[in-house]
Amino acid sequence: MLDDFMTRAFIAGLGLALVSAPLGCFVVWRRMAYFGDATAHAAMLGVALSLAIQTDVFYGALIFAIIMAWATTQLSGRNYAMDTLLGVFAHSFLAVGLVIVSFLSGVRIDLMAYLFGDILAVSVSDLSIIWMGTLIALGLIAWRWKPLFLSTLNEELSYASGFNPKREQLFLTIALGITVAVSIKVVGVLLITAMLIIPAAAARNLARDPELMVFAAGIISCISVSAGLRSSYIFDTPPGPTIVCVALFIFIVLNLFKTFRRLVR
Amino acid sequence: MNLITIEGLTVTYGGVTALENVSLDVNAGEIVTIVGPNGSGKTSLLKAIIGAVTPLEGSVRIKQDLKIGYVPQRLSLDPTLPISVGKFMRLTNKVDKKSCAITLRQAGVPELADKQISELSGGQLQRVLLARALLGAPEILILDEATQGLDQPGSADFYRNIEKVRKSTGCAVLMISHDLHVVMSSSDRVICLNGHICCCGTPESVIATPEYQELFGSGAGGALALYRHSHDHAHDHSAENSKAIN
Repeated sequence: MLDDFMTRAFIAGLGLALVSAPLGCFVVWRRMAYFGDATAHAAMLGVALSLAIQTDVFYGALIFAIIMAWATTQLSGRNYAMDTLLGVFAHSFLAVGLVIVSFLSGVRIDLMAYLFGDILAVSVSDLSIIWMGTLIALGLIAWRWKPLFLSTLNEELSYASGFNPKREQLFLTIALGITVAVSIKVVGVLLITAMLIIPAAAARNLARDPELMVFAAGIISCISVSAGLRSSYIFDTPPGPTIVCVALFIFIVLNLFKTFRRLVR
Repeated sequence: MNLITIEGLTVTYGGVTALENVSLDVNAGEIVTIVGPNGSGKTSLLKAIIGAVTPLEGSVRIKQDLKIGYVPQRLSLDPTLPISVGKFMRLTNKVDKKSCAITLRQAGVPELADKQISELSGGQLQRVLLARALLGAPEILILDEATQGLDQPGSADFYRNIEKVRKSTGCAVLMISHDLHVVMSSSDRVICLNGHICCCGTPESVIATPEYQELFGSGAGGALALYRHSHDHAHDHSAENSKAIN
C-alpha cells in the first residue's frame, strides 16, 4: 500500500493536518502568527546544517525551531519587543544557513524543495518520523491542555491557579517546533504558517467552544489535504500550494456563509 | 491567623526597583486595600503574592493550601477564542452546572451561562470574573483594579457587592484600587504604596496623614466625604445600573 507515492503523500498530509489543528488554534488565540512564521524560517538553518552533515533534515529543523522559539521567549521584553527579535533571528538564521551551505563543496542541495515542500517525494521513513512527531506534539498538547488554555486566557489567572504560564509556553513552543519540523517536507517552510492559521481561522465560524474549534480545524485541515492532493494530481499543480489554496477556499466559503446568515437574520 | 505574610519584600525589573522593603500581612476575614499612584508597585506586589515575579529580597509566605480567588484587571481575549461563560467558570473549579448557575445568579447575572465571553459588556464581564473567583469558595479574594472600565456608580456597586460577599462568606479581601472615593470606606485597612509603604491604617487615619495628602493632593482629604455622598444616592444608581445591564 505504501508503495504508491500518492498514498504516502496522503498519509503524510493527514499527520500534518492533525497536528496543525490544535497548534493552529493556539497560534491564533495567542496572536502568535508571526512567531510560527519566524520559527519556520529559522528551521532552514537546521535544514542546511543537517544536509551538510548528511542526517535527516527533520532533526536539524527541530533543533533550530526550538532554539529559535526558546531564545525569543527568554529574551523578549528586555531590550527589544518580541516582534523585533523574531525579525532579527528568523531572517538571519535563514541567511546564515544559506551562506553555510554555499561553503560546503560537493554538496548539491535543492533548497527550493524545503521552501515549498515536496510531499510527493515523502519516503516510508519520512512517514514514520512525521507520524511520530505528530503523536508526540498531540500528546504534549493534550497533556497540558487545561493549563495551556488557562494561561492563554490570562497569565495572572494562571499563576493564581498554580500554573506557571512561562512553563506552559515552553511546552507549546516545543510542540510548535515539532510541528514545523514535520511540516517542512510536506508544505515547506513558507507555507507552514498557512496550514496552522487558515484552518483554525476558518473553524472559528463553526465553533462556540474551544475543543470544538480544534476539532473543526482538524476536519478542515484533513479536507484541505485530501482535496488539495487530489486536485494537484488532476490539474498537475504543485501539491503544497494547492493544499493551501483549498484551505483558503474553505475559509472564504465559511466566512461568506456567516456573513450571509447574519444578513438574512 | 495570617493568610499572607510579607517581610522585607524587594522587587526589581532589570535594575529598576519597583518595591523596596515592603512588609505586610493579611488576616482572615479582613478587607485590605492598596492605593498608590501609577508605577507605585501595586501590581508588582500582587504579582509577588501569586508567584508571578520572584522577589530580589525578602519573603512572601502564604498559608498552606490557601484558596485564592483571583480577579484579574481585565480579560483581553482574542475574538477568535470561543468560550462560554459557564465553561470559563468551571475551568478551574470542579463544580457542576447547577452551583455555577447559582453563583451567577448571586452575582446578578443569572442569564449569562450560555453566552460567549466575547459578547459580554464590561460590567457583565467584571461580575462574571468575580463570580468565577467566588465559585471556588476562596479564603481570600485578590482583586487587581477590578473596576477598571466601570463608571462610578458601577464600581460603587461592585465594592458593595464585595462587602456583601465578605459578610456572607467571611473571606478576606486584598485589592488594588484607583477609585479612592468608592473604595476607602469599605476597607478595614488601607495601605498607601509608593515603591515602599508610605502609610497604613484605617481609611480615616490614612487620609489624615501628610504622606497621603502629598501623594493624592490636598483635595483627596475629602474623598471619604465624597464617597458617603454618593453612597446616599445609591438606590438611584443601582436602578440605572441594572437598566444598563439588561
